[in-house]
Amino acid sequence: MALKIVKGSIDRMFDKNLQDLVRGIRNHKEDEAKYISTCIDEIKQELKQDNIAVKANAVCKLTYLQMLGYDVSWAAFNIVEVMSSSKFTYKRIGYLAASQCFHESTDVIMLTTNQIRKDLSSPNQYDTGVALTGLSCFVTPDLARDLANDIMTLMSHTKPYIRKKAVLIMYKVFLKYPESLRPAFPRLKEKLEDPDPGVQSAAVNVICELARRNPKNYLSLAPLFFKLMTSSTNNWVLIKIIKLFGALTPLEPRLGKKLIEPLTNLIHSTSAMSLLYECVNTVIAVLISLSSGMPNHSASIQLCVQKLRILIEDSDQNLKYLGLLAMSKILKTHPKSVQSHKDLILQCLDDKDESIRLRALDLLYGMVSKKNLMEIVKKLMLHVDKAEGTTYRDELLTKIIDICSQSNYQYITNFEWYISILVELTRLEGTRHGHLIASQMLDVAIRVKAIRAFAVAQMATLLDNAHLLTGNTQRNGICEVLYAAAWICGEFSEHLEEPMATLEAMLRPKVATLPGHIQAVYVQNAAKLFATVLRGQEGVPADSTVAQETSQLLIDRLPLFVQSSNLEVQERASCILQLVKYIQKLQQKDVEVAEEVTALFAGELNPVAPKAQKKVPVPEGLDLDVWINEPPSGSESEDEGRKSKGKAVFAKEESRHTKPRYTEVDEKELAKRREVRKAEQANNPFYIKASPSSQKVYQDGVGVEHIPVVQIDLSVPLKVPGMPMSDQYVKLEEERRERNKADKKKKKDKKKREKGEKGRRRRGDSGPESEEDITPAHMVDIVTEEMPENALPSDDDDKDPNDPHKALNIDLDNLLAASRRPLADSEKKLPVRSHRPDEVLKSPMEDRQVVEVVPEPKKKTGKEKKEKKDRKKSKEKKKKHKQEEEEDLMGSGSQEPVQAEETKEVAAPPPASTPEAAAAPASTPRTASGMAAVAPDSEPEEAKDTEPEETKSSTHKKKKQKKEKKKKKHHHNHSDGAGDESVQNGTVEEEEPLPPMSNYALLAENSYVKMMKQDADKVCDIQGNLQDGSQVVVSVIFENKCDSFIKSMEFNVLDSLNSKLQRPDGAGPHDGLIVPFQLPPGISNEARFIFSVQNIVMPQKLKGTLTFIVKTDDSSTHEKLDFKLHFTCTSYLITTPCYSDAYSKLLESGDLKGCSLKLEGVNQPFHHLLARICFHHHFSVVERIDSCASMYSRSIQGHHMCLLVKTADQTVSIDAKCDEPGLLGNVLDEIKLTFSQC
Amino acid sequence: MIKAILIFNNHGKPRLIRFYEYFAEDVQQQIIRETFHLVSKRDDNVCNFLEGGSLIGGSDYKLIYRHYATLYFVFCVDSSESELGILDLIQVFVETLDKCFENVCELDLIFHMDKVHFILQEVVMGMVLETNMNEIVGQVELQNRMEKSEGLLCSAARAVSAVKNINLPEMPRNINIGDINIKVPSLSPF
Repeated sequence: MALKIVKGSIDRMFDKNLQDLVRGIRNHKEDEAKYISTCIDEIKQELKQDNIAVKANAVCKLTYLQMLGYDVSWAAFNIVEVMSSSKFTYKRIGYLAASQCFHESTDVIMLTTNQIRKDLSSPNQYDTGVALTGLSCFVTPDLARDLANDIMTLMSHTKPYIRKKAVLIMYKVFLKYPESLRPAFPRLKEKLEDPDPGVQSAAVNVICELARRNPKNYLSLAPLFFKLMTSSTNNWVLIKIIKLFGALTPLEPRLGKKLIEPLTNLIHSTSAMSLLYECVNTVIAVLISLSSGMPNHSASIQLCVQKLRILIEDSDQNLKYLGLLAMSKILKTHPKSVQSHKDLILQCLDDKDESIRLRALDLLYGMVSKKNLMEIVKKLMLHVDKAEGTTYRDELLTKIIDICSQSNYQYITNFEWYISILVELTRLEGTRHGHLIASQMLDVAIRVKAIRAFAVAQMATLLDNAHLLTGNTQRNGICEVLYAAAWICGEFSEHLEEPMATLEAMLRPKVATLPGHIQAVYVQNAAKLFATVLRGQEGVPADSTVAQETSQLLIDRLPLFVQSSNLEVQERASCILQLVKYIQKLQQKDVEVAEEVTALFAGELNPVAPKAQKKVPVPEGLDLDVWINEPPSGSESEDEGRKSKGKAVFAKEESRHTKPRYTEVDEKELAKRREVRKAEQANNPFYIKASPSSQKVYQDGVGVEHIPVVQIDLSVPLKVPGMPMSDQYVKLEEERRERNKADKKKKKDKKKREKGEKGRRRRGDSGPESEEDITPAHMVDIVTEEMPENALPSDDDDKDPNDPHKALNIDLDNLLAASRRPLADSEKKLPVRSHRPDEVLKSPMEDRQVVEVVPEPKKKTGKEKKEKKDRKKSKEKKKKHKQEEEEDLMGSGSQEPVQAEETKEVAAPPPASTPEAAAAPASTPRTASGMAAVAPDSEPEEAKDTEPEETKSSTHKKKKQKKEKKKKKHHHNHSDGAGDESVQNGTVEEEEPLPPMSNYALLAENSYVKMMKQDADKVCDIQGNLQDGSQVVVSVIFENKCDSFIKSMEFNVLDSLNSKLQRPDGAGPHDGLIVPFQLPPGISNEARFIFSVQNIVMPQKLKGTLTFIVKTDDSSTHEKLDFKLHFTCTSYLITTPCYSDAYSKLLESGDLKGCSLKLEGVNQPFHHLLARICFHHHFSVVERIDSCASMYSRSIQGHHMCLLVKTADQTVSIDAKCDEPGLLGNVLDEIKLTFSQC
Repeated sequence: MIKAILIFNNHGKPRLIRFYEYFAEDVQQQIIRETFHLVSKRDDNVCNFLEGGSLIGGSDYKLIYRHYATLYFVFCVDSSESELGILDLIQVFVETLDKCFENVCELDLIFHMDKVHFILQEVVMGMVLETNMNEIVGQVELQNRMEKSEGLLCSAARAVSAVKNINLPEMPRNINIGDINIKVPSLSPF
């Protein structure tokens, strides 16, 4: 034994310590990896020894290797051993290693709980300190839960050193174990007034961090913080408090008013820039929050802007940067105050620091006006010339275009100037933004008619000098501009001075080196030019030979393009070549062809808004989802297999229910349709036809003669030595304005009237300054982009393409689309979902939407609006229901809380006057539920197994099935229960492709009746909901499967303590509800039943019976069908949208308890996964970032439920929080079940 | 909140890394590389703030750094921290190092990464813990004294002397903070 110890210490002499390791690594620069791997082997040996000193040394070295990127998690247990050493020296090493490499999924962490607890209560404050520090890096929810009390005790430790660490770590504990916040908070608040400044500062830090996420809950602390702010001298504390106030003021404007004065004082008195800056920032926040109500804080704004100016003028780049950053915040609400510092900001554009230049550029955007636009852009153009890096230059270029084109060219008074700017920008070499310039050129030329002549001239010059732009096609994006140039010259060729020269320029052999799409435009527009040239030449009789020469030119040059490897170019070129050859033939016969050739390109292309296509309303009666021709039935199933899930379902359904409609379409019908289509086209704004607008005469403005457009020498090459062209405009513009002013003085009254007119004609004429006195150089008529006449006013298109909800669109859209389609005759049964046997009691989407959501003050997204619309629809529908009910009342006197919903197949159609109204009720069950129906687990086991096939077959082959069943009049023995029946009825078919998600589930079925879709959803009136307890609406579809009449259906459920079927007044607790309709053979109909539910924490099952009479010609029999209603916890959730800020506040509030779930082997795309959770479990996505999404839902009793869903290679982890843990647990189980089944 | 603290030299070699949120080792290395790439191409006379890289942070996070001779000190913080405050904190940290190591140079950080960590632990704990330099130095010294009293690291002394004598021509020995005069907007009393 003694020998062993001696041996151990001798070994130690030869062990490398950290320094030896570092030195060794430095000495093995060439084979570092190899050296380290031998070191790791040594470390492994060392870790095997019993000597704790050796182990500590090894762990210390591992910490170093971890920094170099080596995974040392294999030594986690050894680290725990070192942590638990009684010696501070080793303990510290152990904790350091742990804090560097432990994390939540380190399994040995759970071994440390007791050790850490021991260290926390150690008499040695440094043991405690080391444990607290380590914990701050690797605290897990378990550790937080187990140690929360110990740490809380430490907050009142005698040593401030421990107190401050304990206070700080509490924040991490709150994050991991939110339940601890409530008990710990009073003590934390106490620490705000701790005598030790360090502890106080720590408490402020923690509370600020908490309040930042959830400011609302901390408003009550404002007076305390206010006191601290006025009394504290610790700048760290002050900064934090002032930042906190910045977060609180938007919630409480009165606080803001109170803050202004002390903050202003601080701004005046403090010498610390960091404090000054934070004060200014918070004052800005206050002013923004007040800006609506209180106009007279200009003094404070002035002070802020003035102080920021000092910062910006400082030589310290950091202050400059921050000053500009804060300035941009003011710009949003008080642009004028910032505009007066334009000089300074322009100066910052010259700064050597790129981040500062970029900040300054951001500011510029908000500072332009009609007055200064030219000046600012001129300045930017200078920068463009000087800028050395392409990135910055590109940034400048986009900014120039942004600034000029903002709000529909609001600030541009002279478009000739703008065109010249664009032309000058084409001189930029190596820019990536050629297409941007090109699209601007096109936009301006198309929409500003008055500028076309000028634009065409400029573009012709560009084309003529194309070699300057194309010098280096590969690295040069600028040749894109030629695309615009060629198109403009071709389309507006009537403005060309020398069309012949341009035509020649467009057919130069060099063009063949341009990218294909540009060549294609060249070829096409050469043809347009050709038409113009011909027209010009044929007017003069002597020129017939010239005209022939023109044709010859094309015939000579075009073959080059015919050989192009680009298909588009080739095709266009060969078409046009043949055309020209033909024309030449005619010319040789002295036939005048110009008119006809021109007619090829007649008509004007009007600008069409990018959103226009989307806005075209679907004409009434047109169903875009319907098959035009029936798909070949044989290949149907294969096709569907190949198609994406959503599509497959469509195909399936459509084919089914459109069958009868389209089989007998005959020739006559087709002809009639053709007629209709033609008529439609005639009215369609998208069919290009000669419109009177194309002949519109250009409105030459009043001031146009001042502008010597034609005086600009077009032969001047692009690179004008000396003054660039746009500068001329700046000068001219100044002169013009001067003159205008003088004019105005003379004939003030007259001008005023004119101006009024102009103002009316121009769009968006309101600038931030009083810009009325700057009259535009041209009476430019900015053509608005066309929209279809009856465009829907929806804002669908405003949706951010990056909207995280976008991913969800796919499935939901399908669903909506499906719901909009009226149910066809054949659609007797809702399609059945074959793979989801346990899904029951889901809320239909429609009813989700009916639920009044607490109004959020934010802008509604397009989607929401749509929902709103739907909501309206469903309200209409409800009204109708009421009517129906009332009719019932009058007619039969029976007072039923059952709402019958008639679908189209019901014998008596609903009294709907408009197709929309008719569609609304019909669509309800579908919107409500999707289509599938599956057995609930209330069914006997064997039923479950066969149900999918059964239901599926009933959907797809129902006709066949019906036939099979037609003659089945036999009475099955009901003692076996409905489940048995369904087994017998089930005909096994092959699996069909996945239908879309649905909430309809098969409830029970026998040979007579099938109760499909048990669907629970929330009550329609949330107020009743929250006050009177909760209601759940269950929609049941009854389908008659036999060929006899079914009547006197009575629906009854055995109430439980918790859930009760709502019966009409006066009815006993065991009375059934009469289903208010009868079912002819093969017909289905839906009824709704309302249940009141007390406790929503647990899933419920209710037993029920349906009794009915089957009436045949000669007899009638009483039948009954048993079922079980399954209310899952999910069915108590209402999809409620939630904004991310509200969401994070909710999470930070600490009221929610957490729970998590891991799903393995889920191999569906993330958005499908989200869509599933959304659909089946009534969540909405709050935010989605890559493979991580936060989701939200609310129970009918107002419990919040938050999910964080993350996915990484087939593993999905769901972290959930809810203020009702029981409910949460059950919902999670249900989610798990959902995914275990797919 | 402070998300991470990175110290690396002019060649991007890490000298100390401390993440207050878990990242796997390879991601950590990527973050170091990315951060180094962002920081190293900036002149010394430009501002010390950077929008965070793609790996660490996101829009709410900023990189705030200082460059001292051969070393970059980079703090990744979210918007609840004052930019100028963090710059001061870096200064406090570096000055503390200077006191504890007596004219700190890169070599001290290389060979005593553990000690640097122990000092850092007294300054930052996910949030700003202590900004008073005397307090920090006092606590560090008390702990070192405790360690000495346990007398368990005799080998450490041997190593330190070895380091001091080692001949490393490529390392400029003369890097002490005092030489580098970066203007610090002063926060009044610490």
